[in-house]
Amino acid sequence: MDATYDGNTLAGPLSEVFTAEVTSGVARCRSCGRSSVVAELAVYGPDPGLVARCPGCAEAMLRLVRTPDAMWLDLSGMSLLRLPASASE
Amino acid sequence: MDRRAETPTASTLVLDVGDWPGHLAGQHVDVRLTAEDGYQASRSYSLAAPADGDRVQITVQRLLNGEVSPFLVDELATGAVVEVRGPFGGWFVWRTEDRGPILLVAGGSGIVPLMAMIRTRAGVSRAPFRLVCSVRTPEDRLYAAELRRRVADDGGLDVVWVHTRTAPAGDPRRVGRIRADDLVSHGWPPDFEPTCYVCGPTGFVETASNLLLATGHDPRRIRTERFGGA
Repeated sequence: MDATYDGNTLAGPLSEVFTAEVTSGVARCRSCGRSSVVAELAVYGPDPGLVARCPGCAEAMLRLVRTPDAMWLDLSGMSLLRLPASASE
Repeated sequence: MDRRAETPTASTLVLDVGDWPGHLAGQHVDVRLTAEDGYQASRSYSLAAPADGDRVQITVQRLLNGEVSPFLVDELATGAVVEVRGPFGGWFVWRTEDRGPILLVAGGSGIVPLMAMIRTRAGVSRAPFRLVCSVRTPEDRLYAAELRRRVADDGGLDVVWVHTRTAPAGDPRRVGRIRADDLVSHGWPPDFEPTCYVCGPTGFVETASNLLLATGHDPRRIRTERFGGA
């Protein structure tokens, strides 16, 4: 199945968690070791939540689920996230 | 909210957003709708133009079976209030200090963030721009009249339409999906080191970016934005 979106669409939801602009950052897949710009991850969703998968091995690298009273963020599929030092946006 | 029709299936919404901080070409907003029963749906839409004070524009393509887009295109009343957050995104953006050359490749309404780049460029940058836009039929061309005018007036902008189903009479190109020779003939040679922005449905973006890679373009200079649909 083709991904619904890509990592660009994570920019809004992740801005509620991070001050840096995460989609310009680079994430390393815990499963295959490939480094990808977060904006280039394959994103499925939006319901019941957003799942971002590695473009190389398709393993889930990020899961984001919103409930009425909480936001759940699972980054266990990443071994490293490099964020731009001073986000201008 | 103000609305104008662009094609039979797409409309531009002009939104008045208080204290808008300004944005970069290519950024998007998230629009959230809340039903009377409290059900919420949020979607991302690319900004179609530079901000005019607190007024920003998005162009929305009505998706068959869409949950949000038919409401925005057909039903939302002029003057209505919607929840808009943004601007978002720092990857699929073009900054006026980036000199180019720039290749823009659009599938359908994927032209929207690329149009923001073209509109932002006018009068402030001389970066050479080329746009290759794939549409089903001539009726599906977004911003066609404005692009015709900009090709004549802006300088350094070229636009080519690629038709997948029906082409206008006299179009020498064989109808069909985007092919390598479309990007070779109307794009930039890889050794010009262009930055390529590709936006459209996921399948289109995969095809077009693979064609760019196959014709020798540097993967580090290809930026993509995908949205759902066929």
